[in-house]
Amino acid sequence: MSQISLGMPRIASYGSGNLFATESFPHAAHRDLDNAQLRANLGHATGTIREKRLKVVAELPDWEELREAGSVLKQQVMADLPRLLVQLEENVTQRGGTVHWARDAQEANEIVAGLIRAEGATEVVKVKSMATQEIGLNEYLEEQGIAAYETDLAELIVQLGHDKPSHILVPAIHKNRTEIRDIFLAEMAGVDPELTDDPRQLAMAARAHLRRKFLSTKVAISGANFAIADSGTLAVVESEGNGRMCLTLPETLITVMGIEKLLPTFLDLEVFMALLPRSSTGERMNPYTSLWTGVTEGDGPQNFHLVLLDNGRTAALADEMGRSALHCIRCSACMNVCPVYERTGGHAYGSTYPGPIGAILSPLMTGIEAEENNSLPYASSLCGACFDACPVKINIPEILVHLRGKDVDAEHAKRKLPSQMDVGMAAARVAFSSGRNLALVEKGLPLGKLMAGPDQKIKRLPGMAGGWTQSRDIPAPPKQSFRAWWKKEHVPTPDTSQTPDAAAESGEDG
Amino acid sequence: MSAREEILDRIRAALSDQPAVPPVPRNYRQTTGLDAQALVELLVDRLVDYKANVFVEEPDGVSGRIGELLAGAGRFVIPPGLPVGWLAFDAEPARAVVDHPDHPLTVGELDAMDAVLTCSAVAVAETGTIVLDGSADQGRRAISLVPDHHICVVPVKSIVGILPEALQRLDGTRPLTLISGPSATSDIELERVEGVHGPRRLDVIIAV
Repeated sequence: MSQISLGMPRIASYGSGNLFATESFPHAAHRDLDNAQLRANLGHATGTIREKRLKVVAELPDWEELREAGSVLKQQVMADLPRLLVQLEENVTQRGGTVHWARDAQEANEIVAGLIRAEGATEVVKVKSMATQEIGLNEYLEEQGIAAYETDLAELIVQLGHDKPSHILVPAIHKNRTEIRDIFLAEMAGVDPELTDDPRQLAMAARAHLRRKFLSTKVAISGANFAIADSGTLAVVESEGNGRMCLTLPETLITVMGIEKLLPTFLDLEVFMALLPRSSTGERMNPYTSLWTGVTEGDGPQNFHLVLLDNGRTAALADEMGRSALHCIRCSACMNVCPVYERTGGHAYGSTYPGPIGAILSPLMTGIEAEENNSLPYASSLCGACFDACPVKINIPEILVHLRGKDVDAEHAKRKLPSQMDVGMAAARVAFSSGRNLALVEKGLPLGKLMAGPDQKIKRLPGMAGGWTQSRDIPAPPKQSFRAWWKKEHVPTPDTSQTPDAAAESGEDG
Repeated sequence: MSAREEILDRIRAALSDQPAVPPVPRNYRQTTGLDAQALVELLVDRLVDYKANVFVEEPDGVSGRIGELLAGAGRFVIPPGLPVGWLAFDAEPARAVVDHPDHPLTVGELDAMDAVLTCSAVAVAETGTIVLDGSADQGRRAISLVPDHHICVVPVKSIVGILPEALQRLDGTRPLTLISGPSATSDIELERVEGVHGPRRLDVIIAV
């Protein structure tokens, strides 16, 4: 980093709120993997959505061109963020809205609670929003004596079940229909006791439950999918109509939005509204999208507040390798294709942002040293499916590897003595540095075979290598290495074109 | 330092490497080149897929169709600038309640309406999307949201192939609602269920 500071703060300002794993990923994953019901629910749901996504993506002849445009547009937004944010602020203000800036979760929560109190309200309706989930707004408002009602069906299921979201698009993906019916029967006031687990019946129960709230609540809180700098327009993409209800009927609307959600111009929506619905719900277009600009007289809320949230985003932006994680449009395609997410579910990631994107975004926003977030970059087999699915081409595997490197450096900085991993890596370096060394190591193979015993399986390795054998066996090594076998089978004869010396050399190093 | 100044300073510091960005490659389609008939066919296909009810009518058939669709309904709300001819079917015009900017209906009054009848600004054939922009023939956003049955007329001239063409025709600073089928949810096991909080019945009349 440059030494010229120009009076700017040089220490990264990390995020707070629900961005932290409270236990390491392997620990949490181990527990969740024991839940057979969870695994069945996730397998079914992610399988369904993967098929839908592939079908609608295949319909577009220009999908790759749209991805490329989306990726470069987001790079442009990041590179030009100060100017675009100020432009957005000007346009929103000019159109009758008020813009607030929040450095972190606490500041954002205080701003929102203050605005609600100023309206004299004690309850609010909410549109599903990752930003407010991230800052823990509902919990904060509850402490302040303000009741926040989630209105998205999945968020309602999570809220009524006193649960945590496990997916950014379908927060209740870990629950199946029967479990949801049971939550409604136990927690939803006035629900029909004959309620079945038919998804239609469950949706109708939610409609009846929320209708009165929509028609009477004075203050709504939303997030935003996009904000258009050159017009001051905000966009919310949804399916159920709960978003339209919250964005249209209350007198006051408070929108909390991460500073990275910008698009330069209104016409840029042509790229993102093609990418987002197909990547998230696997639909050609989501049922409803609302766009509004400040306040419109006689149509919708007459008080509009926009809270622009940093909360670690600038820390992510400062990481040159990792900053593209901020391009994320929260479609959730990466988690739906991830073999790790499909098995562990979202809770194992701890943070509001689970799955592959969460494994990079959370540590970038909190710093790799924070709590247990340093285990998140390892929650991947680096298979690359997330990169292929990402509509804005975030190279998640590359950033995972980058963050693993940062974690190793951070661990080294903390410790004086080398770890088992350091010793192992140093040994591997010697072994792999020349063919002669590797041949020496390979002489130990029969020892491994002996260790494997009569069933020819190594069931437990010593030390940290034991992590590998915790859930799988290693087959016994062969009696001899491939190179030893090759040497024996290909005894150089005088009539080969290679000289015996060259053959021996290639046998040694090849 | 204010939060605003501090955040802007943090961003500038984060960008001290001055990342270079290539120009945006806009090599995606800007138009489909489909003719009017093909656009109508595509739009109908997409709307039916979303479980909307779709009717294609000659101009003189629009009013009759509206009448049929409202046969079982009591009172319904209309925006202030709806083409008068569309209500010709109704011998009893008292059923239609105008939501006028000078005396807008309350939310409770809207909730008591059986249906809403509006025109639309633009329709996108490829995605089956109808855009309302709050013009006088569409009204404010609440009227097409609260009643449980939305009858929406799409003039054939307002149909375009894909989204880039639609955005060219729209003013982004108007309150816009993009509607693609009746409200729906996929929140339970990712299975789509049509009809949640927004109108559960969407009838689209394409006026050719």
